[in-house]
Amino acid sequence: MWKKYDFLVGYLRGGNFKKKNPKSGVLIWFFKKSSCRRKFCGVVQVSGHSHCSLFVLEKERKARLWFPKPVGYLLTQFFRLPMTGTHQNRPPHVLIMDDAVIRCEGSWIIPHLTMLNTLLTEIQWPLVRDLVWDVVNIRAMDTGGAIVLYRTIMELRSKGHQVSLEGLRPEFEELMQLVSSHWDRVHPALPVKEHKKKNFKWWVSRHTGHMVKALAFVGEATVHVFHSLRRPSLIRWRALFHSLDRDGYHALPITGLLAFLMGVVIAYQGAEQLRQFGANIFVVDLVGISLFREISPLIVAILIAGRSGSAYAAQIGTMKVTEELDAIRTLGLSPMQLLVLPRVFALVIAVPLLTVYADILGVIGGAMVASSQLNVSGVEFVGRFEESVALRHFFIGIGKAPCFAIIIAMVSCYQGFQIRGNVDDVGRRTTIGVVQSIFLVIVFDAVCSIIFSWWNI
Amino acid sequence: MASGTIHHANPVIEVSHVCTRFGDAVVHEDVNLTIRPGEIFAIAGGNGSGKSTLLREIIGLHPQTEGTIRLFGQDVSVLGEHGAQNVYRRLGVMFQQGGLFSSLTLAENVAVPLKEHTDVSSELIRDIVAMKIVTVDLPMDSAGKFPSELSGGMRRRAALARAIVMDPELLFLDEPTAGLDPIIAAGFDALVLQLKAVLGLTVVMVTHDLDSLWRIADRVAVLGNGTILGVGTMHELAESSDPIIHEYFHGPRGRSAQSQYEVS
Repeated sequence: MWKKYDFLVGYLRGGNFKKKNPKSGVLIWFFKKSSCRRKFCGVVQVSGHSHCSLFVLEKERKARLWFPKPVGYLLTQFFRLPMTGTHQNRPPHVLIMDDAVIRCEGSWIIPHLTMLNTLLTEIQWPLVRDLVWDVVNIRAMDTGGAIVLYRTIMELRSKGHQVSLEGLRPEFEELMQLVSSHWDRVHPALPVKEHKKKNFKWWVSRHTGHMVKALAFVGEATVHVFHSLRRPSLIRWRALFHSLDRDGYHALPITGLLAFLMGVVIAYQGAEQLRQFGANIFVVDLVGISLFREISPLIVAILIAGRSGSAYAAQIGTMKVTEELDAIRTLGLSPMQLLVLPRVFALVIAVPLLTVYADILGVIGGAMVASSQLNVSGVEFVGRFEESVALRHFFIGIGKAPCFAIIIAMVSCYQGFQIRGNVDDVGRRTTIGVVQSIFLVIVFDAVCSIIFSWWNI
Repeated sequence: MASGTIHHANPVIEVSHVCTRFGDAVVHEDVNLTIRPGEIFAIAGGNGSGKSTLLREIIGLHPQTEGTIRLFGQDVSVLGEHGAQNVYRRLGVMFQQGGLFSSLTLAENVAVPLKEHTDVSSELIRDIVAMKIVTVDLPMDSAGKFPSELSGGMRRRAALARAIVMDPELLFLDEPTAGLDPIIAAGFDALVLQLKAVLGLTVVMVTHDLDSLWRIADRVAVLGNGTILGVGTMHELAESSDPIIHEYFHGPRGRSAQSQYEVS
């Protein structure tokens, strides 16, 4: 049951709390765990000992119990209550005595700063000119506490009070000195981050800058491709085969599964419609043409963009962060030759092969649905396939695949090179790389469709 | 917390019979250390002698294979998440590379512990952060910059500012002066001394820098061959007969650092 509550323990001394709490003892506040903690604070203002009042600046106090001192101590020990009010870590108090002496007590440390700040802003300072701050009872102080104390004193000084500090413990004196010596440099506050104006001109210059950079990258890559084609010894075969293995061979299971499922889905969706017209056999055309021309290359491209494109961007970006790219350049090597081309070549080889593989599995999926749902047997399926699905559909699909591969590899690598030594950037650029490559792949596909329909193929 | 706790006799850190193995490689065999409150304790030793690993084990970032490590009298390895958090609030760590969050500005970096662990108002946080930035001798106009825009020395200082922003009792420095120019490194040493005086810190640092060992370390432990070869003040260690310690402190660099220290 006790675990539901938080406790704060305040120790009272007789005399100060005349009106509301006549006796000294231990006060225990109970809080529901969720309610805000550490907001407890007591302010006692004593003027001339004739009048005193206690403010408890606690909004979510649930219950408060008072115990005589010995019982209170025993309780706190027995239940192991958090000793917020212990000797070492007593919450800060400020007492105004005799209208001129301000007595500070408790621990002026960061955990209590909020309450201390509220306290100091709520206090009505005496109107007399000379104020004495009696700080002998401040038991603990850190930089935060020193700042609050110093700031309050400075504010009082600016209001025309003469403030003197008395009884500061020697171990805090250096801290106060540090704060006061740095105060002028600190106080003009931190400069605000300047946001660049984002007007039309800025936007245009930014985007043209990106375009120029991207074009330069494509140009550089093209030059290197021609170099390598002239001298195949320049090609990094190891890197190429490694990439082929990782981005092609290891993508087989997932590509196959997805293509198979796509075949199943298309056949299923078509089955409903075709059965209504009794045109069951046309499921072959539906599955064959849509898979060969569009679905297989697209599915493979999207998978590769997500699987390998992201890896390319992150790899190259991390190499930039760890200065590996700089090392490559200073060793007289070309990052383009070493990193980009093997990846581009690997994808140009892998993506068409994966597309063929996806074609086969997709058609198998379609054929299975056709035989189970539409009574089109395997033999019928193959027969119809031969006469209705022209070879050009297959070649159009396969022809698009290397273009997709180039788009994916180039965009991802380009984004990788754009990363600038920043962890955030790696994530952002990787995302941009994947999104842009998928976007460009689909745009390219759409353009192809339009062109092919002009040519009637 | 610059409170009266400084002069307690209880050790801040107790490392007893710690062994560390990475697979077959033995890093530590029976390491014992006691670090007292209020001292600047340095862990020295050659490259690969397991200094940084020991530091990571003390902070609780890496579990030791055998033995116990007590921080503020509590065994770090058995603390739950809550207990560990309480311990972490009492210490500050400055990592070798700074460990600054690259997506936050310098000021935001320094403010992270305050924002996460306290309910201090943002206005006050700004004051405290500015005070810490000035304390570590960074110019105020660098406060809005990102870590990638700061030089290595400034990043080190920013990391120090973040480590001390909660006024911890215990400060860990991992190679604080490595890769800094001699002027800045000397400034860093002076800074650590000043912080120790003002905030009453206990400082544990891993360092190779013989100059800073002579200048600021109260006691030094030399690690080698998997154990502590010797613990003591620099003068005591300089007299040591252990061949490795002797080589460490009486190589050409060690001698020049010592003579420089003795002249000053």
